[in-house]
Amino acid sequence: MTIVFALFLLSLLVITALAIVQTRNLFVAVMLLSIFSLLMAANFFVLDAADVALTEAAVGAGVTTVIFLSALTLISGTEKKAPQAGRGVALIVVTITTLLIIYATFDKPRLGDPEAPVHQHVAPFYIENTYELMGFPNVVTAVLASFRGYDTLGEVFVVFAAAIGVLFILDARTGTGPAYGMPEARGLKHHLIPKAVGGLLVPFVLLFGLYVQFHGEYGPGGGFQAGAIVATAIILYAILEGEKAALRAVPRSVLMALVVGGALLYGLVGVVCMLMGGDFLDYSVLLPDPVVGRQVGIIIIEAGVGMAVCGSLLSIFHAFASRRPSRIDHESV
Amino acid sequence: MTEVFPLVIDFLSRSLMLIGALSVLIGGIGVLRMPDIYSRIHAASLTDTMGTIALFSGLMLEAGFALATFKLFAIMVFLLLTGPTATYALANAVLESGSVPAAAKLSDGDDFKGETK
Repeated sequence: MTIVFALFLLSLLVITALAIVQTRNLFVAVMLLSIFSLLMAANFFVLDAADVALTEAAVGAGVTTVIFLSALTLISGTEKKAPQAGRGVALIVVTITTLLIIYATFDKPRLGDPEAPVHQHVAPFYIENTYELMGFPNVVTAVLASFRGYDTLGEVFVVFAAAIGVLFILDARTGTGPAYGMPEARGLKHHLIPKAVGGLLVPFVLLFGLYVQFHGEYGPGGGFQAGAIVATAIILYAILEGEKAALRAVPRSVLMALVVGGALLYGLVGVVCMLMGGDFLDYSVLLPDPVVGRQVGIIIIEAGVGMAVCGSLLSIFHAFASRRPSRIDHESV
Repeated sequence: MTEVFPLVIDFLSRSLMLIGALSVLIGGIGVLRMPDIYSRIHAASLTDTMGTIALFSGLMLEAGFALATFKLFAIMVFLLLTGPTATYALANAVLESGSVPAAAKLSDGDDFKGETK
Protein backbone atom coordinates (compact mmCIF):
# COMPACT_ATOMS: atom_id res chain seq x y z
CA MET A 1 0.00 0.00 0.00
CA THR A 2 2.79 2.42 0.92
CA ILE A 3 4.53 1.79 -2.40
CA VAL A 4 1.32 2.58 -4.32
CA PHE A 5 0.95 5.81 -2.38
CA ALA A 6 4.62 6.68 -2.98
CA LEU A 7 4.29 6.03 -6.71
CA PHE A 8 1.12 8.15 -6.83
CA LEU A 9 2.91 11.03 -5.07
CA LEU A 10 5.95 10.72 -7.35
CA SER A 11 3.76 10.82 -10.49
CA LEU A 12 2.05 13.94 -9.14
CA LEU A 13 5.52 15.43 -8.55
CA VAL A 14 6.49 14.84 -12.19
CA ILE A 15 3.22 16.36 -13.42
CA THR A 16 3.69 19.41 -11.18
CA ALA A 17 7.30 19.84 -12.30
CA LEU A 18 6.25 19.74 -15.98
CA ALA A 19 3.47 22.26 -15.27
CA ILE A 20 5.97 24.62 -13.56
CA VAL A 21 8.22 24.50 -16.64
CA GLN A 22 5.26 24.99 -18.98
CA THR A 23 3.51 27.97 -17.41
CA ARG A 24 4.49 31.53 -18.31
CA ASN A 25 2.40 33.05 -15.52
CA LEU A 26 4.74 33.48 -12.57
CA PHE A 27 1.92 33.56 -10.00
CA VAL A 28 0.78 30.14 -11.20
CA ALA A 29 4.39 28.96 -11.12
CA VAL A 30 4.76 30.05 -7.48
CA MET A 31 1.56 28.26 -6.50
CA LEU A 32 2.72 25.12 -8.32
CA LEU A 33 6.09 25.33 -6.56
CA SER A 34 4.25 25.41 -3.26
CA ILE A 35 2.26 22.31 -4.27
CA PHE A 36 5.53 20.68 -5.38
CA SER A 37 7.04 21.28 -1.93
CA LEU A 38 3.97 19.90 -0.19
CA LEU A 39 4.07 16.76 -2.36
CA MET A 40 7.78 16.46 -1.64
CA ALA A 41 7.06 16.73 2.09
CA ALA A 42 4.47 13.96 1.79
CA ASN A 43 7.04 11.89 -0.10
CA PHE A 44 9.62 12.40 2.65
CA PHE A 45 7.03 11.35 5.18
CA VAL A 46 6.25 8.16 3.22
CA LEU A 47 10.00 7.45 3.36
CA ASP A 48 9.85 7.88 7.19
CA ALA A 49 11.94 11.07 7.09
CA ALA A 50 9.66 13.06 9.38
CA ASP A 51 12.25 15.73 10.23
CA VAL A 52 12.95 16.53 6.58
CA ALA A 53 9.23 16.42 5.78
CA LEU A 54 8.56 19.01 8.48
CA THR A 55 11.32 21.28 7.14
CA GLU A 56 10.10 20.96 3.56
CA ALA A 57 6.50 21.69 4.54
CA ALA A 58 7.39 24.69 6.70
CA VAL A 59 10.09 26.27 4.53
CA GLY A 60 9.28 25.05 1.02
CA ALA A 61 5.50 25.17 1.05
CA GLY A 62 5.11 27.91 3.66
CA VAL A 63 7.68 30.66 3.95
CA THR A 64 9.27 30.55 0.48
CA THR A 65 5.85 30.83 -1.16
CA VAL A 66 5.18 34.05 0.73
CA ILE A 67 8.66 35.37 -0.08
CA PHE A 68 8.19 34.49 -3.77
CA LEU A 69 4.81 36.24 -3.78
CA SER A 70 6.24 39.37 -2.16
CA ALA A 71 9.04 39.29 -4.74
CA LEU A 72 6.41 38.94 -7.51
CA THR A 73 4.77 42.22 -6.49
CA LEU A 74 8.04 43.96 -7.41
CA ILE A 75 8.35 42.52 -10.92
CA SER A 76 6.17 41.73 -13.91
CA GLY A 77 3.84 38.77 -13.56
CA THR A 78 4.75 36.90 -16.73
CA GLU A 79 7.89 35.19 -17.85
CA LYS A 80 9.67 36.53 -20.93
CA LYS A 81 10.08 34.23 -23.91
CA ALA A 82 13.40 32.45 -23.69
CA PRO A 83 15.76 32.94 -26.65
CA GLN A 84 15.43 30.14 -29.19
CA ALA A 85 19.16 29.89 -29.93
CA GLY A 86 21.02 27.09 -28.19
CA ARG A 87 17.96 24.98 -27.53
CA GLY A 88 19.38 22.08 -29.52
CA VAL A 89 22.50 22.02 -27.36
CA ALA A 90 20.37 22.18 -24.20
CA LEU A 91 18.22 19.30 -25.45
CA ILE A 92 21.29 17.14 -26.14
CA VAL A 93 22.79 17.89 -22.69
CA VAL A 94 19.50 17.12 -20.94
CA THR A 95 19.01 13.88 -22.89
CA ILE A 96 22.52 12.63 -22.12
CA THR A 97 22.19 13.54 -18.42
CA THR A 98 18.81 11.83 -18.18
CA LEU A 99 20.13 8.66 -19.82
CA LEU A 100 23.16 8.67 -17.49
CA ILE A 101 20.95 9.06 -14.43
CA ILE A 102 18.62 6.29 -15.58
CA TYR A 103 21.69 4.09 -16.22
CA ALA A 104 22.99 4.92 -12.72
CA THR A 105 19.72 3.80 -11.11
CA PHE A 106 20.37 0.22 -12.32
CA ASP A 107 23.16 0.00 -9.73
CA LYS A 108 21.06 1.62 -7.01
CA PRO A 109 20.25 -0.69 -4.06
CA ARG A 110 16.58 -1.41 -3.44
CA LEU A 111 14.66 1.04 -1.21
CA GLY A 112 15.29 0.16 2.43
CA ASP A 113 17.90 -2.50 1.66
CA PRO A 114 19.90 -2.96 4.90
CA GLU A 115 22.95 -4.09 2.88
CA ALA A 116 23.11 -0.81 0.96
CA PRO A 117 26.45 1.03 1.33
CA VAL A 118 24.76 4.05 2.94
CA HIS A 119 23.54 1.84 5.78
CA GLN A 120 26.96 0.24 6.26
CA HIS A 121 29.21 3.27 6.67
CA VAL A 122 28.60 5.48 9.73
CA ALA A 123 24.85 5.01 10.14
CA PRO A 124 25.12 1.89 12.41
CA PHE A 125 27.44 3.83 14.73
CA TYR A 126 24.93 6.69 15.00
CA ILE A 127 22.01 4.36 15.59
CA GLU A 128 23.82 2.26 18.21
CA ASN A 129 25.39 5.12 20.13
CA THR A 130 22.79 7.91 20.06
CA TYR A 131 20.88 6.78 23.12
CA GLU A 132 24.03 5.85 25.03
CA LEU A 133 25.85 9.12 24.34
CA MET A 134 22.96 11.63 24.24
CA GLY A 135 20.21 10.01 26.27
CA PHE A 136 17.43 10.84 23.79
CA PRO A 137 15.90 8.80 20.95
CA ASN A 138 15.87 11.10 17.88
CA VAL A 139 18.93 10.03 15.88
CA VAL A 140 18.38 12.81 13.33
CA THR A 141 18.78 15.52 15.98
CA ALA A 142 21.84 13.74 17.38
CA VAL A 143 23.49 13.55 13.94
CA LEU A 144 22.54 17.10 13.04
CA ALA A 145 23.50 18.80 16.28
CA SER A 146 26.31 16.70 17.66
CA PHE A 147 27.86 13.99 15.46
CA ARG A 148 27.95 16.34 12.48
CA GLY A 149 27.79 19.63 14.38
CA TYR A 150 30.41 21.24 12.12
CA ASP A 151 28.16 20.78 9.07
CA THR A 152 25.22 22.37 10.86
CA LEU A 153 27.43 25.25 11.98
CA GLY A 154 28.30 25.73 8.31
CA GLU A 155 24.60 25.67 7.40
CA VAL A 156 23.81 28.32 9.99
CA PHE A 157 26.54 30.53 8.53
CA VAL A 158 25.10 29.96 5.05
CA VAL A 159 21.67 31.11 6.33
CA PHE A 160 23.37 34.08 8.00
CA ALA A 161 25.23 34.99 4.80
CA ALA A 162 22.02 34.64 2.74
CA ALA A 163 20.15 37.05 5.02
CA ILE A 164 23.01 39.57 4.92
CA GLY A 165 23.22 39.24 1.13
CA VAL A 166 19.50 39.81 0.56
CA LEU A 167 19.52 42.81 2.90
CA PHE A 168 22.47 44.34 1.01
CA ILE A 169 20.84 43.83 -2.39
CA LEU A 170 17.38 45.08 -1.39
CA ASP A 171 18.78 47.94 0.70
CA ALA A 172 16.49 47.72 3.70
CA ARG A 173 18.37 50.21 5.83
CA THR A 174 15.45 52.44 6.68
CA GLY A 175 12.61 51.31 8.88
CA THR A 176 10.09 53.30 6.85
CA GLY A 177 10.29 52.07 3.27
CA PRO A 178 8.38 53.64 0.39
CA ALA A 179 5.59 51.06 0.63
CA TYR A 180 4.14 52.59 3.81
CA GLY A 181 0.97 54.51 3.27
CA MET A 182 0.00 52.32 0.36
CA PRO A 183 -3.19 50.27 0.74
CA GLU A 184 -1.17 47.03 0.64
CA ALA A 185 0.74 48.03 3.78
CA ARG A 186 -2.47 48.03 5.81
CA GLY A 187 -2.84 44.26 5.61
CA LEU A 188 -6.22 42.59 5.71
CA LYS A 189 -7.68 44.81 8.43
CA HIS A 190 -10.87 45.41 6.46
CA HIS A 191 -11.41 41.66 6.00
CA LEU A 192 -13.03 40.61 9.24
CA ILE A 193 -13.08 36.82 8.81
CA PRO A 194 -9.42 36.22 7.86
CA LYS A 195 -8.39 38.73 10.52
CA ALA A 196 -10.38 37.05 13.28
CA VAL A 197 -9.44 33.48 12.38
CA GLY A 198 -5.81 34.32 11.61
CA GLY A 199 -5.45 36.28 14.84
CA LEU A 200 -6.83 33.27 16.67
CA LEU A 201 -4.27 30.96 15.04
CA VAL A 202 -1.09 33.05 15.47
CA PRO A 203 -0.50 32.19 19.16
CA PHE A 204 -1.10 28.50 18.52
CA VAL A 205 1.33 28.48 15.59
CA LEU A 206 3.92 30.19 17.83
CA LEU A 207 3.29 27.63 20.56
CA PHE A 208 3.68 24.81 18.05
CA GLY A 209 6.96 26.37 16.90
CA LEU A 210 8.28 26.36 20.47
CA TYR A 211 7.12 22.75 20.88
CA VAL A 212 8.98 21.74 17.72
CA GLN A 213 12.05 23.65 18.94
CA PHE A 214 12.28 22.11 22.40
CA HIS A 215 10.84 18.68 21.63
CA GLY A 216 13.31 18.10 18.79
CA GLU A 217 15.33 15.60 20.83
CA TYR A 218 12.31 13.32 21.28
CA GLY A 219 10.11 13.91 18.25
CA PRO A 220 10.65 15.19 14.74
CA GLY A 221 11.78 18.77 14.67
CA GLY A 222 14.50 21.08 15.84
CA GLY A 223 15.87 24.54 15.21
CA PHE A 224 15.41 24.72 11.45
CA GLN A 225 11.76 23.66 11.53
CA ALA A 226 10.92 25.74 14.59
CA GLY A 227 12.57 28.85 13.14
CA ALA A 228 10.52 28.47 9.97
CA ILE A 229 7.26 27.87 11.87
CA VAL A 230 7.75 30.90 14.13
CA ALA A 231 8.60 32.96 11.03
CA THR A 232 5.33 31.78 9.39
CA ALA A 233 3.34 32.89 12.43
CA ILE A 234 4.84 36.38 12.30
CA ILE A 235 4.42 36.58 8.51
CA LEU A 236 0.76 35.63 9.00
CA TYR A 237 0.49 38.48 11.50
CA ALA A 238 2.13 40.80 8.96
CA ILE A 239 -0.35 39.75 6.26
CA LEU A 240 -3.29 40.30 8.60
CA GLU A 241 -2.32 43.51 10.35
CA GLY A 242 0.06 45.04 7.85
CA GLU A 243 3.83 45.00 7.72
CA LYS A 244 4.15 47.98 10.02
CA ALA A 245 2.36 46.20 12.86
CA ALA A 246 4.61 43.16 12.42
CA LEU A 247 7.67 45.39 12.56
CA ARG A 248 6.29 47.00 15.70
CA ALA A 249 5.91 43.54 17.26
CA VAL A 250 9.32 42.31 16.08
CA PRO A 251 11.48 45.29 15.06
CA ARG A 252 14.33 45.06 12.56
CA SER A 253 16.89 45.44 15.34
CA VAL A 254 15.49 42.32 17.03
CA LEU A 255 15.58 40.45 13.71
CA MET A 256 19.22 41.42 13.17
CA ALA A 257 20.00 40.40 16.75
CA LEU A 258 18.34 37.03 16.10
CA VAL A 259 20.34 36.41 12.91
CA VAL A 260 23.68 37.50 14.36
CA GLY A 261 22.97 36.15 17.84
CA GLY A 262 21.95 32.72 16.54
CA ALA A 263 25.14 32.26 14.54
CA LEU A 264 27.23 33.69 17.40
CA LEU A 265 25.55 31.48 20.02
CA TYR A 266 26.34 28.36 18.00
CA GLY A 267 29.97 29.37 17.51
CA LEU A 268 30.36 30.45 21.14
CA VAL A 269 29.20 27.05 22.41
CA GLY A 270 32.05 25.56 20.38
CA VAL A 271 34.56 28.04 21.80
CA VAL A 272 33.33 27.44 25.37
CA CYS A 273 33.80 23.70 24.78
CA MET A 274 37.40 24.41 23.76
CA LEU A 275 37.98 26.63 26.80
CA MET A 276 36.68 23.89 29.07
CA GLY A 277 39.24 21.47 27.71
CA GLY A 278 37.36 19.63 24.99
CA ASP A 279 37.38 19.83 21.20
CA PHE A 280 35.41 22.46 19.26
CA LEU A 281 31.68 21.58 19.64
CA ASP A 282 32.44 18.63 21.94
CA TYR A 283 29.57 19.28 24.34
CA SER A 284 30.43 16.48 26.79
CA VAL A 285 32.80 18.77 28.72
CA LEU A 286 30.13 21.40 29.41
CA LEU A 287 28.80 19.63 32.52
CA PRO A 288 30.27 16.99 34.86
CA ASP A 289 27.94 14.34 33.40
CA PRO A 290 28.90 14.03 29.71
CA VAL A 291 25.42 12.82 28.64
CA VAL A 292 23.67 15.81 30.28
CA GLY A 293 26.43 18.06 28.93
CA ARG A 294 25.70 16.89 25.40
CA GLN A 295 21.97 17.43 25.91
CA VAL A 296 22.53 20.98 27.18
CA GLY A 297 24.92 21.73 24.32
CA ILE A 298 22.42 20.44 21.77
CA ILE A 299 19.56 22.48 23.27
CA ILE A 300 21.69 25.64 23.15
CA ILE A 301 22.90 25.18 19.58
CA GLU A 302 19.38 24.22 18.42
CA ALA A 303 18.20 27.50 19.93
CA GLY A 304 20.93 29.25 17.96
CA VAL A 305 19.82 27.52 14.75
CA GLY A 306 16.18 28.45 15.42
CA MET A 307 17.06 32.10 16.10
CA ALA A 308 19.20 32.39 12.97
CA VAL A 309 16.61 30.73 10.68
CA CYS A 310 13.67 32.71 12.10
CA GLY A 311 15.55 36.02 11.94
CA SER A 312 16.82 35.40 8.39
CA LEU A 313 13.45 34.37 6.96
CA LEU A 314 11.72 37.36 8.54
CA SER A 315 14.41 39.85 7.45
CA ILE A 316 14.18 38.52 3.88
CA PHE A 317 10.37 38.78 4.00
CA HIS A 318 10.52 42.37 5.29
CA ALA A 319 13.19 43.29 2.74
CA PHE A 320 10.76 42.36 -0.05
CA ALA A 321 7.57 43.56 1.62
CA SER A 322 8.81 47.06 2.44
CA ARG A 323 9.40 47.96 -1.21
CA ARG A 324 6.89 49.69 -3.46
CA PRO A 325 5.07 47.17 -5.63
CA SER A 326 5.04 47.71 -9.39
CA ARG A 327 1.67 48.27 -11.03
CA ILE A 328 2.81 47.65 -14.58
CA ASP A 329 1.07 44.44 -15.30
CA HIS A 330 -1.37 43.82 -12.65
CA GLU A 331 -3.94 42.41 -15.06
CA SER A 332 -1.81 39.50 -16.14
CA VAL A 333 -1.23 38.31 -12.57
CA MET B 1 -22.86 -6.22 24.80
CA THR B 2 -19.08 -6.13 25.01
CA GLU B 3 -18.78 -8.13 21.80
CA VAL B 4 -21.24 -6.03 19.84
CA PHE B 5 -19.76 -2.69 20.88
CA PRO B 6 -16.51 -2.87 18.81
CA LEU B 7 -18.56 -3.96 15.81
CA VAL B 8 -20.84 -0.96 16.12
CA ILE B 9 -17.83 1.36 16.50
CA ASP B 10 -16.19 -0.23 13.45
CA PHE B 11 -19.36 0.10 11.42
CA LEU B 12 -19.80 3.74 12.45
CA SER B 13 -16.19 4.72 11.78
CA ARG B 14 -16.09 2.97 8.39
CA SER B 15 -19.36 4.61 7.35
CA LEU B 16 -18.09 8.01 8.42
CA MET B 17 -14.83 7.54 6.53
CA LEU B 18 -16.78 6.42 3.47
CA ILE B 19 -18.98 9.52 3.69
CA GLY B 20 -15.83 11.64 4.04
CA ALA B 21 -14.14 9.99 1.06
CA LEU B 22 -17.32 10.47 -1.01
CA SER B 23 -17.47 14.16 -0.05
CA VAL B 24 -13.87 14.62 -1.16
CA LEU B 25 -14.63 12.80 -4.42
CA ILE B 26 -17.75 14.88 -5.05
CA GLY B 27 -15.78 18.02 -4.26
CA GLY B 28 -13.13 16.99 -6.78
CA ILE B 29 -15.69 16.25 -9.48
CA GLY B 30 -17.40 19.55 -8.71
CA VAL B 31 -14.16 21.51 -9.15
CA LEU B 32 -13.81 20.02 -12.61
CA ARG B 33 -17.45 20.22 -13.70
CA MET B 34 -18.92 23.40 -12.19
CA PRO B 35 -19.57 26.29 -14.60
CA ASP B 36 -17.82 29.26 -12.95
CA ILE B 37 -15.18 29.93 -10.33
CA TYR B 38 -17.61 30.66 -7.48
CA SER B 39 -19.44 27.37 -7.82
CA ARG B 40 -16.07 25.64 -8.17
CA ILE B 41 -14.93 27.19 -4.89
CA HIS B 42 -18.21 26.06 -3.37
CA ALA B 43 -17.57 22.49 -4.55
CA ALA B 44 -14.00 22.56 -3.26
CA SER B 45 -15.15 23.81 0.13
CA LEU B 46 -17.11 20.57 0.54
CA THR B 47 -13.73 18.84 0.99
CA ASP B 48 -12.74 21.29 3.72
CA THR B 49 -15.88 20.93 5.81
CA MET B 50 -17.91 17.77 5.21
CA GLY B 51 -14.87 15.73 4.15
CA THR B 52 -12.79 16.87 7.12
CA ILE B 53 -15.52 16.31 9.71
CA ALA B 54 -16.55 12.87 8.45
CA LEU B 55 -13.03 11.54 7.82
CA PHE B 56 -11.62 12.77 11.12
CA SER B 57 -14.64 11.62 13.15
CA GLY B 58 -14.22 8.19 11.59
CA LEU B 59 -10.51 8.14 12.38
CA MET B 60 -11.12 9.32 15.95
CA LEU B 61 -13.68 6.54 16.52
CA GLU B 62 -11.15 4.05 15.16
CA ALA B 63 -8.33 5.36 17.38
CA GLY B 64 -10.40 5.04 20.55
CA PHE B 65 -9.59 6.96 23.71
CA ALA B 66 -5.90 7.73 23.10
CA LEU B 67 -3.45 10.57 22.52
CA ALA B 68 -3.92 10.07 18.77
CA THR B 69 -7.60 10.97 19.15
CA PHE B 70 -6.73 14.30 20.72
CA LYS B 71 -4.18 15.02 18.00
CA LEU B 72 -6.75 14.14 15.32
CA PHE B 73 -9.26 16.42 17.02
CA ALA B 74 -6.74 19.27 17.11
CA ILE B 75 -5.94 18.80 13.40
CA MET B 76 -9.67 18.70 12.61
CA VAL B 77 -10.31 21.96 14.46
CA PHE B 78 -7.34 23.54 12.71
CA LEU B 79 -8.59 22.44 9.29
CA LEU B 80 -12.14 23.53 10.08
CA LEU B 81 -10.84 26.98 11.01
CA THR B 82 -8.44 27.45 8.10
CA GLY B 83 -10.37 25.75 5.27
CA PRO B 84 -13.52 27.90 5.24
CA THR B 85 -11.42 31.02 5.89
CA ALA B 86 -9.26 30.24 2.87
CA THR B 87 -12.43 29.62 0.84
CA TYR B 88 -13.81 32.99 1.93
CA ALA B 89 -10.53 34.78 1.17
CA LEU B 90 -10.35 33.16 -2.27
CA ALA B 91 -13.95 34.02 -3.16
CA ASN B 92 -13.48 37.54 -1.87
CA ALA B 93 -10.31 38.01 -3.91
CA VAL B 94 -12.10 36.75 -7.02
CA LEU B 95 -15.02 39.12 -6.41
CA GLU B 96 -12.68 42.09 -5.86
CA SER B 97 -10.83 41.28 -9.07
CA GLY B 98 -14.13 41.91 -10.88
CA SER B 99 -15.42 38.46 -11.75
CA VAL B 100 -19.23 38.31 -11.82
CA PRO B 101 -20.91 35.11 -10.62
CA ALA B 102 -22.67 33.15 -13.34
CA ALA B 103 -25.85 32.98 -11.24
CA ALA B 104 -25.97 36.78 -10.87
CA LYS B 105 -25.61 37.16 -14.62
CA LEU B 106 -28.41 34.67 -15.14
CA SER B 107 -30.84 36.49 -12.86
CA ASP B 108 -30.00 39.83 -14.50
CA GLY B 109 -31.14 38.41 -17.77
CA ASP B 110 -27.69 38.77 -19.33
CA ASP B 111 -26.51 36.16 -21.76
CA PHE B 112 -25.39 33.13 -19.77
CA LYS B 113 -23.22 30.64 -21.57
CA GLY B 114 -22.24 28.67 -18.50
CA GLU B 115 -18.77 30.17 -18.34
CA THR B 116 -17.03 33.31 -17.20
CA LYS B 117 -13.71 34.65 -18.23
